[in-house]
Amino acid sequence: MSQPIIELRHVTQKYGAQTILKNINLTLESGQFYTLLGPSGCGKTTILRTIGGFNQVTSGDVLFAGKRINDLPANRRNVNTVFQDYALFPNMTVAENVAFGLTLKKLPADEIADRVAQALKMVQLSDFGSRDITALSGGQQQRIAIARAIVMQPQVLLLDEPLSALDAKLRRAMQYELRDLQQRLGITFLFVTHDQEEALAMSDEIFVMNHGEVLQSGSPVDIYDEPINHFVADFIGESNILPGKMVADYRVSFDGHEFDCVDAGIPDHEPIEIVLRPEDLTLTDLAHAKLRVTIDTQLFRGDYYEISATDDRGHDWLIHSVRPAQDGARVGLTFQADDLHVMRLHEKEAEFDARLETYEGTENHDQA
Amino acid sequence: MTKRNFWGYFVPYGLWLGLFVIAPVALIVYQSFFNLDHQFTFANYADYFQSGVYLKMTLNSVWYAFLITLFTGLISYPTAYVLHQLKHRQLWLLLVILPTWINILLKAYAFIGLFSQDGLANTFLRFIGVGPHQLLFTNASFIFVATYIQIPFMILPIYNALDDLNPALVNASRDLGATHWQTFRHVIFPLTLPGVKAGIQAVFIPSLSLFMLTRLIGGNKVITLGTAIEEHFLTTMNWGMGSTIGVVLIVAMIIVMQLTTDHTKGAAK
Repeated sequence: MSQPIIELRHVTQKYGAQTILKNINLTLESGQFYTLLGPSGCGKTTILRTIGGFNQVTSGDVLFAGKRINDLPANRRNVNTVFQDYALFPNMTVAENVAFGLTLKKLPADEIADRVAQALKMVQLSDFGSRDITALSGGQQQRIAIARAIVMQPQVLLLDEPLSALDAKLRRAMQYELRDLQQRLGITFLFVTHDQEEALAMSDEIFVMNHGEVLQSGSPVDIYDEPINHFVADFIGESNILPGKMVADYRVSFDGHEFDCVDAGIPDHEPIEIVLRPEDLTLTDLAHAKLRVTIDTQLFRGDYYEISATDDRGHDWLIHSVRPAQDGARVGLTFQADDLHVMRLHEKEAEFDARLETYEGTENHDQA
Repeated sequence: MTKRNFWGYFVPYGLWLGLFVIAPVALIVYQSFFNLDHQFTFANYADYFQSGVYLKMTLNSVWYAFLITLFTGLISYPTAYVLHQLKHRQLWLLLVILPTWINILLKAYAFIGLFSQDGLANTFLRFIGVGPHQLLFTNASFIFVATYIQIPFMILPIYNALDDLNPALVNASRDLGATHWQTFRHVIFPLTLPGVKAGIQAVFIPSLSLFMLTRLIGGNKVITLGTAIEEHFLTTMNWGMGSTIGVVLIVAMIIVMQLTTDHTKGAAK
């Protein structure tokens, strides 16, 4: 594997008695799209500011291409940031904003003009150069902020919740554009968001954070299908999480029944939690049912029905179905053994990965 | 708000406006067209613009007001900038504002004591072996004290402008490779210019008509328009000429306001 472009080693950040980051270890490879995902206050923006050079960590090392950059000021790092509120200079035109960094480098005027034009073209705002910043819409300001950063040709682009101020439709369009831009530029993107949908759609690798810790990292599919704990399962997508017990390898019991599963390496009879995604549950008749529930309500979501139901033991179930159900009807639910994901309580990511390797071929797990 | 209610609330302000703004200005303009014998005349204006004395006085006033504003600005901007970065900045700001609560006359008398032959300043100069000097009744001491008095009025608007500046802009500038100085020159200063302009308004115009300080500290060596107005109203009793100078000051005020108001985006507060 080549030299990682950014590495955080044992990074801890404290403000007074508060610990914002707890022993963070991160490795970012060149040319990948990474996402820091977590609720507000989880420390994700602090990591971004640390890499950008706006935050001095309490302890630990920040490495850029193998060199320690803890004490390197922001203006001398080959990293650029797209700020959450864009932070465009209101006293300059669009072109002056984009040219700002290049002008400081004292590049020849024609080269600056060329690169600014190229950057504006890349964000599809070629004709906007002479406009005032205040005359732009939120989406346009967003693009200018990106153009201003990429014109510097950084090796790493940091994006601090850049889509949070945009409306839903524009946000979706920008997700495609950002992903496309990252692929065209071939540089590393580190994207910060609290929106799991954004993270899943764009990333090569996601770091799920909470309370200053990275709980799990992996490809979107890995994290969605095999969440390490209750928090990750709940935060990434919707899920039904129930307490259960491991009966034996590949056999689990919950809700008063025993089921086949694909998890192993957990001591027999250990209490665990199981996760079933709403879209993996299928409505069926009672004869074929693995679980029996009573329908409470349903919401039409356009492409599917979101059905809420209760089983005999009082657990709530969320089901996504393309077919509607009858309110108050008693129906059966069925699922495949590999849809059932088992989570151990208090298992750390390293332990989780090690356990997986004991019974899964390692080759299909380390590709991310 | 109903129309009747609106007029009810408007009464105190309307009275204040009428009695203390419109009426005095109207009276000054009216008086400026009368000579000592209470006859209608344009002679006051003719005198003003033809006599070298008044024009020199005007130039003097503008020049000293300019110097006072310049020194005030040179001291206030860095002060406001540093204050804004301090931890207990509200407290430090309060300490800057405190002297404005003390009457200007008291402060002037305090400086007479400090700058006199046996005052603290000369005692110190003697101590380090370069004194004593004539400090009081010099142009330098006049500018010094006037600057001291005006500083808080310049610091406050600049401080507020710095407060309004989005810190993300400073980070963005650093992020794009700007040094501290480049960030200041290209981002911080241009964006806090409205505060500087507001400060200039608050300092330059009152400085045009300072008369108490010119007398008490400047020893009447500096004759400004303020001194002239006082002389005409209290000594020569030529109210017409005094009013004419007053009108000139009001016009100067309007010109300065026009020059220092941001017309583009309404950014001035």
